Amino acid sequence: MAILSQLLQVLVSGDFWQLALRDGALLALPALGGVLSERSGVTNIAMEGMMLTGAFFSVVAALSFHNPWMAVIVAMLAGGAMALIHAFISIRFRADQIISGFAINIAAVGLTTFLNAKLSNFRGLQQVDPSGRLPTINVPLLDNIPFLGQVFFQQNIIVYVSLALLAIANLVLFRTRLGLRLRAVGEHPEAADTAGINVYRLRYGAVIMSGLLSGLAGAFLAIGIANIFNDNMTSGRGYIALAAMIFGKWTPWGAFVACMIFGVGDALAASTGVINVPQYFLQMVPYVLALVVLAGLVGRSTPPAADGIPYTPGGE
Amino acid sequence: MSTEVRADRPAAPGGEAPYAIEMRHIRKAWPGVVANDDVNLTIRKGEIHALVGENGAGKSTLMNILYGLLKPDAGEILINGQHAHISGPRDAIVRGIGMVHQHFMLIPVFTVGENIVLGREPVENGDFYDRSEVDTRIRALSDEYGLHINPDARTGDLPVGLQQRVEILKVLYRGADILILDEPTGVLTPQETHDLFAVLRGLVRGGKTIIFITHKLKEVLEISDQVTVLRRGKVIGTVRTKDTNEEEIARMMVGREVLLRVDKAPAKPGAAALRVEHLTVNTEQGLPAVRDVSLELYAGEILGVAGVEGNGQSELVAALAGMLKPRSGRIWIGDRDVTEEGARHTRHAGLAHIPEDRRGAGLILSFSIAENTIFGHQRDAAFALRGMVLRLHEIYAWARRLIKQFDVRTPSEETPARALSGGNQQKVIVAREMATQPKVLLASQPTRGVDIGAIEFIHRRIVEQRDAGAAILLVSAELDEIRSLSDRIAVMYEGKIASIEPPDVPEERLGLLMTGGGGRQTHPAAS
Repeated sequence: MAILSQLLQVLVSGDFWQLALRDGALLALPALGGVLSERSGVTNIAMEGMMLTGAFFSVVAALSFHNPWMAVIVAMLAGGAMALIHAFISIRFRADQIISGFAINIAAVGLTTFLNAKLSNFRGLQQVDPSGRLPTINVPLLDNIPFLGQVFFQQNIIVYVSLALLAIANLVLFRTRLGLRLRAVGEHPEAADTAGINVYRLRYGAVIMSGLLSGLAGAFLAIGIANIFNDNMTSGRGYIALAAMIFGKWTPWGAFVACMIFGVGDALAASTGVINVPQYFLQMVPYVLALVVLAGLVGRSTPPAADGIPYTPGGE
Repeated sequence: MSTEVRADRPAAPGGEAPYAIEMRHIRKAWPGVVANDDVNLTIRKGEIHALVGENGAGKSTLMNILYGLLKPDAGEILINGQHAHISGPRDAIVRGIGMVHQHFMLIPVFTVGENIVLGREPVENGDFYDRSEVDTRIRALSDEYGLHINPDARTGDLPVGLQQRVEILKVLYRGADILILDEPTGVLTPQETHDLFAVLRGLVRGGKTIIFITHKLKEVLEISDQVTVLRRGKVIGTVRTKDTNEEEIARMMVGREVLLRVDKAPAKPGAAALRVEHLTVNTEQGLPAVRDVSLELYAGEILGVAGVEGNGQSELVAALAGMLKPRSGRIWIGDRDVTEEGARHTRHAGLAHIPEDRRGAGLILSFSIAENTIFGHQRDAAFALRGMVLRLHEIYAWARRLIKQFDVRTPSEETPARALSGGNQQKVIVAREMATQPKVLLASQPTRGVDIGAIEFIHRRIVEQRDAGAAILLVSAELDEIRSLSDRIAVMYEGKIASIEPPDVPEERLGLLMTGGGGRQTHPAAS
């Protein structure tokens, strides 16, 4: 009973929901990247690696430039570069996209751990000072609304960016010519090609977008939340985003809803001080949620028809 | 102004109208194969030009070159007398060429409208898809050509005939004057084919030019003005349809005389070899497929099963072969009840099965021909010591005998099945299934995707089996095949046998029965 009342106390607190939305919006970026990539027909499990690469380079850039926006650009370029490798392997060489994504995830851990040791002489990179951190924006007036103000209007700037990107992506994907073509390429590339649509260009574009978004998420994590780089600091968030993408049936809003479920899980895990259960149990919650969601709750979730199938013009 | 423009067009009566398309000295080779060898093709404006040839004759390669999907190694293309460099479908579309592919280039989850306009979408406010404009344009197009369709329907929900209509509209929407149709009737019912031909005639009246790829000779004679025959990558000749006949075209395609009609004596039916009572079968997904079917199949007869694909034929055969467990009903082979037995025991009872899925269920493609010829008999003493150790020497000897008897064109019995052409793969299956002198033979789509020469051969063997006393159940999507081979014809519709007809039943009646019309009176006299 004590636990239930503690839980209730957590669930009505503004701190809790503020944290849940922050983590949900963080996860939504790579999840959205996955949606775009897979809607174009390229399976992408490499968000984890692209995010980690982005996190590392954002810290390096923030430490040298003392400017979070430069750091964000560098992080996005780093994530984009990893994505370009995945795109090249998947589209140009028509290799197995799961293997390619997996290789990128492993390579990203190796690369960032090595460079972290190398650049800091094995001490680990320093903490990012406030001049290099992504700012929290309190929206004037609105941030004073009780509860809602704290949850929605006292957030890191990237939270607002993430929500805006979700809305834009949803509009582009389902209401514009570009979105129609992107989905066509992911469903039936031959049909798109014979209609005069450039299959490769759209696929490259979508995969690179997934890298830019994952890199942005990495920057948010490293210089917006943690303010330091730790080896393998993404700790599976890219995979959770992957699960959110599937749970959300390859739609931006669906993926966001799933990300919020995981965000709530994250926030619960952070509430160890209030809820009297072992810390490790709470930290397990997001991952158990991922398993449960993938195994049971999803039901029939059909990926784009050509997802993961390389395209060869003219058949054979 | 407009009259002047018209006068520019060289369409003077009696004068030589320029050709819509001239393909000159086209060559396309892949390692080991020359798909097109110095091919010349000339298409007149406003004609329906049939392009025929066996599998691998180079028809599709030639059309893919014209449509820009493939680049020729050599040769040139003229469109309306102008040299055209076509390096992609986009170039072909710009020059007024449209292609209706054999496998529809439609996205099932998109609406009809989205599929039609894809690649040339009307937009508003920048890049926003303009649905009302799409609807307006499609409605106008539908009215102009009499091709009515709901632009907001989900494409995947439409029957095949309507999906093809979407494909044709797609091509017209892009302003095509020259339409290439690749095997357009392969998936259609006779009624749908009839409708399609009416549409094509209307398009030609409206000034369009049509290239019609097919292997069905009857359709060539019915719809085309000119016929070009390809064989092994070369043009054998172009003839006026009026001046030719089925036999001549078949001879040009195959390079020798082909017997199109199956020679067979009247059946001498004996005792019932296969009895089915109130059989109900579900698909593997649990949907009802065969509903309360009863039939008797007699020794020495061929019972053809006609029907639009997906009306329970596949599941009926799978149940009879012991591959799918029926929900209810009984199956007897002779007087043995095999309802509960699996494929292995059903075979022992004397049943052989030529499956519809040649590559999936009929052969293991990476295994040798010899290994493929003993499937189902791998435990027999003749091929395995104590049913355990294979007797390779005997197996190879057996395979060599079948290869000879069934005229399988292969370098050796150790060649993997994958390396053979479709026709020769099918001959391996036919050889295996007929070699055991079965009491009951289930032949499912026995000549699908097989060349005319091999079709002739397989048909003759099926009749030989009948005359040797086998009871044969022939399932085929080709009505001509059903009509020429069968002694009785059962029509399946929605899992039931709608009627049993004599072999000389008019095609129109079959077509009607296949689509649920024509009443359900049976003709017991036909048995």
